[in-house]
Amino acid sequence: MSEERQIQLEVLRYNPETDSQPRYQTYTVPCVNEWVVLDALNYVKENLDPTLSYRWSCHMAVCGSCGYMINGEPKLGCKAFIHEYGDHIRVEPLANFPIERDLVTVVEDFIAKLASVKPYLIPKEDKPISAGEFKQTPAELKKFKQYTLCINCMLCYAACPQYGLVPEFLGPAAISMAHRYNQDSRDGGRDQRQEVIATDEGVWECSFVGACSEVCPKHVDPAGALQQVKVASTIDWYKEHLMPWVKK
Amino acid sequence: MSRKPYIREVSKTSWFLSQPRYKRYMAREVTCIFIFAFTFLLICALGSLAKGPEAFQSFLHALRSPLGVLLNLAALVATIYHSMSWFDVTPQAMPIQRGEEFVPGNVIVGAHYGAWAVVSLIILIWGI
Ligand code: FES
Repeated sequence: MSEERQIQLEVLRYNPETDSQPRYQTYTVPCVNEWVVLDALNYVKENLDPTLSYRWSCHMAVCGSCGYMINGEPKLGCKAFIHEYGDHIRVEPLANFPIERDLVTVVEDFIAKLASVKPYLIPKEDKPISAGEFKQTPAELKKFKQYTLCINCMLCYAACPQYGLVPEFLGPAAISMAHRYNQDSRDGGRDQRQEVIATDEGVWECSFVGACSEVCPKHVDPAGALQQVKVASTIDWYKEHLMPWVKK
Repeated sequence: MSRKPYIREVSKTSWFLSQPRYKRYMAREVTCIFIFAFTFLLICALGSLAKGPEAFQSFLHALRSPLGVLLNLAALVATIYHSMSWFDVTPQAMPIQRGEEFVPGNVIVGAHYGAWAVVSLIILIWGI
């Protein structure tokens, strides 16, 4: 049943040209229950206030651009249904990121960190095309499949208190992506990635709060990935220092 | 147009009050203080044992004081909470893949509880 309901949408606004700090602005929005918070924002933009800035694209939880804090919780605007909330909804830009304007955050830091872990296949050896494809069994695929579902929405960074306190921390999604390729039977780039992820600013900055996995809209379980990287890195260390004759 | 990003400061001392899940995390971390205290008590026990039977007897006597009982009880509760909170996340840290499928998380958690029970039982039987 599409019931109409008035909600108060309280949005954190910030205009870098005129504001010295962010301020809240509340809009009254007539919503239908099937709407998501992103629909309410679109309503505001189209009918009430064209100056409101926010990112979105797919409206179906695949592009990862509509992450906001909704009532203090990192959420995808296109996956947060109005009927799950009361009549007052507060929308803020993702926590732990600088605010560019309104709900738009500065994400360069995350993009650079993601690139630093080489999130792509680095084949063990070059193969001519004529040699055919790299084959993989269903079990080998299953080993890393869940990590491929990451949409880089950065909700995990907004949930991670460690990233908020130590901005150098490589963070959940970037390390999970490294883990995804390290787990791939076709890949040979683990040593290169370990240089970046098995460091103080890498996995060892993580204290396993687990918030990243709780907020992940795609059930990637970044916290799990990070702990697995810790276990593997510890085994590496023991092998290197106690059993140098064993090959990694 | 020049950019002027606004940075929201995170409180270094009270950040964990902002979310229930951060409080849960802090509770888990705080339990280690009791575990430290109990470990310290064990070292004291060894120390008094080294000093001789009288010293050890008076140490045992001190343990039976209300404060000693309270400390032990607090340490027990904290240790149980600490262990359970870690057991519950073991499937995330140590997934086991058998063939194509992963072993269900509750089997891995259950194995930890089972091992805990067995070890506790052995210590109990051995202690009596
Ligand atoms: S708009 Fe693409 S994930 Fe929400």
